[in-house]
Amino acid sequence: MKPQSNESGVRRNPPYVRPMAGWWTRNPFFVRYMVREVTAVAVWIYALVLTFGVVRLSQGEAAWNGWLDAMKSPASIVLHLVLLLGMVLHVHSWFEIMPKTMAPIIVGGERVSAERIQRTGWTVAVVVTVLALALAVWSQS
Amino acid sequence: MAEPTQTIEIQVLRYRPEQETEPVWQSYQVPFTEDMSVLQGLQYIKDEIDGSVSFRWSCRMAICGSCGMMINRKPSLSCQTFLRDLLPGPVKVEALDHLPIERDLVVSVEPFVKKLESIKPYIIPKEARALSEGEYLQTPAQLEKIEQFSSCINCMLCYAACPQFGLNPEFTGPGVLALLHRYNADSRDGGRAERMEILNAEEGVWSCTAVGYCSEVCPKGVDPANAVNQNKVNSALDYFIRFLPKKGA
Repeated sequence: MKPQSNESGVRRNPPYVRPMAGWWTRNPFFVRYMVREVTAVAVWIYALVLTFGVVRLSQGEAAWNGWLDAMKSPASIVLHLVLLLGMVLHVHSWFEIMPKTMAPIIVGGERVSAERIQRTGWTVAVVVTVLALALAVWSQS
Repeated sequence: MAEPTQTIEIQVLRYRPEQETEPVWQSYQVPFTEDMSVLQGLQYIKDEIDGSVSFRWSCRMAICGSCGMMINRKPSLSCQTFLRDLLPGPVKVEALDHLPIERDLVVSVEPFVKKLESIKPYIIPKEARALSEGEYLQTPAQLEKIEQFSSCINCMLCYAACPQFGLNPEFTGPGVLALLHRYNADSRDGGRAERMEILNAEEGVWSCTAVGYCSEVCPKGVDPANAVNQNKVNSALDYFIRFLPKKGA
């Protein structure tokens, strides 16, 4: 906008709007938010990997074994470690914001605290992970 | 008040529209005591050093919501932020982020006030009632649902904390949506249908991406992020409910 003149003829610049470029680098809180957003991609990629495995399973034994061999390759193991790190960061970040995304839960006339919601989330995540690992080990024996 | 024994540097982001096209930093040395807030530091500058520094303030007790500004890059009320906690300085003071700067630390509030008006921030009774019928009663459990959200003082710190508002000033924003929820969730209110249009819009709750910083900076513990995000569920229900068969149809 161009400078404006008021009634007494004094020229003045319009209200100053500050640029937003690089906004998320200016505050550690926003950096953590962006980590949550970016690590969602890791969750998405791993979902694709598993979906592809199911497709290969439907195409017969040779296709399935080929997929299993591909999973054992060094590149795949590195990818899995990166995805695991992304997944853990995403779980941590998501449980951090989760209490703010929910309607209040009232138990016995008291509102369930944010900490309790976060602890419950982590407990479920750990229990499911241990069960999945136990199932994997059991299926190998 | 005890005699000041030390000084602290306060840097103020100045914008004088008649002489600058963009803001510039200006530094001041302020003598301070243990009990001085950042607002008192600014008042010292205005009274003793440079009368041209502009900022808003009124109550000095964190209830009027006038003195919000960025203090060391965090949206804060300057009356409840103390210089002793910011030693050794310098203390960097700027106008609230994401809002156009009118002059120095003064931002444009008109768009915010327009949004606030648009949500009808008052109880719209379900049915008109004669005075003789008595007051509208509310149980403690019903009060609990809205009490936290009714603590909003319209200080706009949550707008300075919301990058989605910074990127899109049309976004209704955390504070106004929290107040919208405060009235919609009130057991005595019958104005929900009138407010749902604003809530359901692209610029309503759906512009929020759950950054959550609004709730971190709120000086009144309102938790606007919670108000906005629980209304995403209400908005979705409001959309799907139209597909249910109408009563008696």
